[in-house]
Amino acid sequence: MKRLSRFRRHKAAGPLLLLFALFTIGTTFQIADATTTPALTAEARTAAIEEGKQLFLKGCSSCHGLNAEGGAIAPSLVGVGAASVDFQVGTGRMPMADMSTQAMRKKPVYNEEQVQALALYVASLAPGPEIPEAATLNYERDGSAAEGGELFRTNCAMCHNFAAQGGALTQGKYAPTLMGVEAKHIYEAMITGPQSMPVFSDKTITPQEKLSIIKWIKAAEAEPQLGGASLGRVGPVTEGLLVWTLGLGLLIGVAVWLATKAR
Amino acid sequence: MTARERIAGNVASYVDDRTGAAKWMKKNLTKVFPDHWSFMLGEIALYSFIILLLSGTFLTFWFDPSQREVVYEGGYAPLEGLKMSAAYASTLHISFEVRGGLLMRQIHHWAALIFMAAIVVHLLRVYFTGAFRKPREFNWIIGVGLLTLGIVEGFLGYSLPDDLLSGTGIRIAEAIIQALPLVGSYLAFFAFGGAFPGESFIPRIYTVHVLLLPGIFLALITVHLMLVWYQKHTQYPGPGRTEKNVVGYPLMPVYMAKAGGFFFIVFGITAFLGAVASINPIWLYGPYTPGQISAGSQPDWYMGWLDGLVRMSPPLETHAFGHTISWNILIPGLIVPGILFTGMALYPFIESWVTGDKREHHLLDRPRNAPNRTALGVMSLTFMIVALLNGGNDIIATNFHLTINQIMWFSRIAIFVLPPIAFIVTKRLCLSLQRADRDLVLHGRETGRLLRMPSGEFVEVHEPISPEKAWLLTQHEQNPPLALEEVDSRGVRRPGVIKNKIRARISKANAEAVPKVSVEDLKEIEHH
Repeated sequence: MKRLSRFRRHKAAGPLLLLFALFTIGTTFQIADATTTPALTAEARTAAIEEGKQLFLKGCSSCHGLNAEGGAIAPSLVGVGAASVDFQVGTGRMPMADMSTQAMRKKPVYNEEQVQALALYVASLAPGPEIPEAATLNYERDGSAAEGGELFRTNCAMCHNFAAQGGALTQGKYAPTLMGVEAKHIYEAMITGPQSMPVFSDKTITPQEKLSIIKWIKAAEAEPQLGGASLGRVGPVTEGLLVWTLGLGLLIGVAVWLATKAR
Repeated sequence: MTARERIAGNVASYVDDRTGAAKWMKKNLTKVFPDHWSFMLGEIALYSFIILLLSGTFLTFWFDPSQREVVYEGGYAPLEGLKMSAAYASTLHISFEVRGGLLMRQIHHWAALIFMAAIVVHLLRVYFTGAFRKPREFNWIIGVGLLTLGIVEGFLGYSLPDDLLSGTGIRIAEAIIQALPLVGSYLAFFAFGGAFPGESFIPRIYTVHVLLLPGIFLALITVHLMLVWYQKHTQYPGPGRTEKNVVGYPLMPVYMAKAGGFFFIVFGITAFLGAVASINPIWLYGPYTPGQISAGSQPDWYMGWLDGLVRMSPPLETHAFGHTISWNILIPGLIVPGILFTGMALYPFIESWVTGDKREHHLLDRPRNAPNRTALGVMSLTFMIVALLNGGNDIIATNFHLTINQIMWFSRIAIFVLPPIAFIVTKRLCLSLQRADRDLVLHGRETGRLLRMPSGEFVEVHEPISPEKAWLLTQHEQNPPLALEEVDSRGVRRPGVIKNKIRARISKANAEAVPKVSVEDLKEIEHH
């Protein structure tokens, strides 16, 4: 101990200690942070883009063109951004099953890694909206359900219905239900505006407000069926149907029973 | 005489000495009513009305009919801290904090839907059996009045909570008021106490919903029932039943027990629905703000046909002298319902004008024996169902993967094409059923037993039907069409030739029937 304390007032002690402290903090942070975002090295990125390009040429280029420039039946993907690819392919909408009015949500064709590769490839063509990082999607912490509900009713309910159950649009198009949709995909839909949906830029609805909307949707999804069977949360149509079938059915059945003569 | 009988007798005479009720009760408690399940449909409506009065009174204890702005601090987190009207906040309070409040709200709303549905099926029974004929025309009109007021009362009721859906409905009501030419905008300002939404509408409709309309309902229902009592109930035809008698059971004890029991069953079924099925989940709709709207905004079913008519109307507008006439709202929202309900109210008089029949009728018609009336009923029903389906066109579109435009175009065409087809098909069906009745009386019932004759021929054995059944199938009247001569006995042309021609033409169509089996027909058969 005495030998060490002799160096206490050495000229280099201060800077050395500072270096040591910085090193410790930096390493600790690196280890702690490593789990959230694995940084892609330049080589890995190039490789992924190449893989994405190969996937694109096989699965997408027949409609979207060999260089994603678009064609008669499909739009150009230059500048749509990684977020758009992640939404369309990640929810199984792309590749489309058939050329109907609207791409339907279905089981994704590509796995997560392939979606990432496709997204990186498309993003490499021209800059566009990026996939939101998981750390920025902490809606439970950063959102407010009440504010989200207000925003939802003002901006979303007109198509997606008051309880996010979806609704009809013109010519067979529709706003899908938001029940069971991942937070990431909801966020991506807002920033990219897929199909008939408008884009809600960060100036219209700030990122924090977007998280509030997601928080409200998730709260609506988790809400128990207060007051009994929810009847689909689509308003009075199902209520009327129930009254004319079960309600009047039971009542008229009882009337018939009461008017039956005893044998 | 036992002690119990003596005490009961003493109480009875005490009351009778002071009210003179014994004579009245002796007469009325033994009054006979015919027994049939379809005579109990109106009862469902009556009992639902009582349930509505009881559950509605409960709701008024906590409901605050005010559009005063408050900040929500109740227990429902997704609305916490939002600005809303006191009406909406108090409805949330009833739903989440008042013990049994949500159940009562749901019972009240389900009872309203059942009330309206029961009125409609009751009306259909009365119509298709011809129970509205003399002397019951006034009661028919009262019934049509109750139906109309029921639609208004229901609409005002679900408008009270001031949630997003009800506000949307009020907005449409305002649009319909405004569509009235010339006076529309003034009336709208008068109703809302200024511009929409204002702060007076909910307090105003609250008074109408809980005081004025229930009062009118009570009065009309009382008259409705008193007339049934006074005119006696109609009965289905059958052996021993005539225009002069009523075959059935006495009020006491049979119908007292049946009706009393039925009330509790109706209450039970309504409470069951209120307990297991959510209705009007206002907390999900959110508070009303004119800037918001939800996809799939629909009215309750009894308004759905109106919404359907508005949804299918093409965007027609006329601009003249600085005024806009919105035909797209005026025609489906006011003119068509006005014609329909006026026609319905006047139908008993129209039918008697066509048939020239001014006699009293206490025996009901079998629907097939009045083919024109039945066909007209099915025709109107078809019109209403097409309109109602189009009212839910967006829900149908999303659930059955159709396009809303196709449904709209289908409705636009079907509303004109399907009702006449329904008329023709129903009339043919009725006449075919008459023909089947005739065959049944003449040749008996097919037994399904095959008999081989000595000649090798196969025949099916027919069994004669019972005399009771034969009576039922032949008891109805078949009146010839009106004979309206163009010239009177002295060869002078009568006035109103065109009117009479039309009347004779309709009367002829109305009298179309397969001749029922006559005694001569049966005698002729016996000769074979």
